[in-house]
Amino acid sequence: MSQGRNIGPPLMNLLNLRGLPILQQLHLEEQLLRTSSENWCILNDGTNAPTVVMGIAGKPSELLELEVVMEDQIPVVRRFTGGGTVIVDSGTIFATFICNKDDVHGVQPYPRPIMHWTSLLYMQVFQGTADFHLRENDYVFGNHKFGGNAQSITKNRWVHHTSFLWDYEVKNMAYLKLPTRAPEYRSARGHTDFICRMKDYLPKSEFFEKTIASVGSHFSLRPIKLEAVEASMTAFTHSTKLLSKQELAEALGSHPDYKADRVQL
Amino acid sequence: MAMRVWASSTANALRISCAPKSSLYPSFSLSKCFSTVLDGLKYSTSHEWVKHEGSVATVGITAHAQEHLGEVVFVELPENGASVSKGRSFGAVESVKATSDVNSPISGEVVEINSALTEKPGTINSSPYEEGWMIKVKPSNPAELDSLLGPKEYTKFCVEEDAAH
Repeated sequence: MSQGRNIGPPLMNLLNLRGLPILQQLHLEEQLLRTSSENWCILNDGTNAPTVVMGIAGKPSELLELEVVMEDQIPVVRRFTGGGTVIVDSGTIFATFICNKDDVHGVQPYPRPIMHWTSLLYMQVFQGTADFHLRENDYVFGNHKFGGNAQSITKNRWVHHTSFLWDYEVKNMAYLKLPTRAPEYRSARGHTDFICRMKDYLPKSEFFEKTIASVGSHFSLRPIKLEAVEASMTAFTHSTKLLSKQELAEALGSHPDYKADRVQL
Repeated sequence: MAMRVWASSTANALRISCAPKSSLYPSFSLSKCFSTVLDGLKYSTSHEWVKHEGSVATVGITAHAQEHLGEVVFVELPENGASVSKGRSFGAVESVKATSDVNSPISGEVVEINSALTEKPGTINSSPYEEGWMIKVKPSNPAELDSLLGPKEYTKFCVEEDAAH
């Protein structure tokens, strides 16, 4: 007669944060991906200061209006995941899943299956609220983007993170150039015609409650404090980095339209 | 060594549903169930290939891997002279907003990198076994090749892995 086994859902640590600097969040994610063997859900309600965040392949001269970025001293981060460039601030909500591939059954560790799985999670969050879709790797209401996704996949683990536009300041969009590579559904729309604010669709508390509930339907959630996580971490070399003023200046200098007398460094 | 093309098992492929599990997947034709697997190479379970010729082993990712990854838009490679370890990441590719580690099937020293991939990362998709090679390694322990999969074993592995999801 076989003994009963606890074969409940896999465990996932839940980190509920508010205003954590995005560089610190990305460092945390990268280290947890590479050094932890546990599953993690990280929710961060806003970041402390407007920051440009590029994907791993991001070239500042191609993606940013560098002169105004440097004049306004906006930090520029190159993250460890793929994808495009965003400007994040206190109106951005961040949601991250770091998972062992074997704990997410039926999902191969490739970009599209992972993206599909996370979109189903969010389908539960937005059901009955809005016309939510995953569209060409973006989260949209109708044909307006409100969430950008990026991923990093290792042999046995992956991270999927999203920056949700809870609210945004139109003036911050001026730091970003129109990307040369854009999804078809964007149809050459400018920033403000392309994106929308999540706050126009549902209350913030509802988003967080439903997200946690949706994740909780797949995992056994264990709330944990950031201090406890950081206390257990050892030295780690991150690839995510804050670009220096020197690097930004060199990028600006390398741009064919740059005129040396226009910007004081 | 002459190259022979092994296709994934036809019988197994026909028993595998290639239909998308939801409308969010693009539809696949039956031909996409076949991943090219070449004779003369060895394969890892993380979908890299290695071709050992004399004192140099050439490494890349398989046709199966590039099909699942999607269009590669960026490649990160180590520097010449860097050490690589069997089973550990030596670089990454970016596709569909994701960076994916590429793991070395063998240990050794990088003696050449495919710099052409910087300008044309899509070569990995169009020619994964030829122009899309990633690094050349001087193996420190050629016996490591013995534990890798041959073409038949790798084909079977891919079919079983896809069927399990």
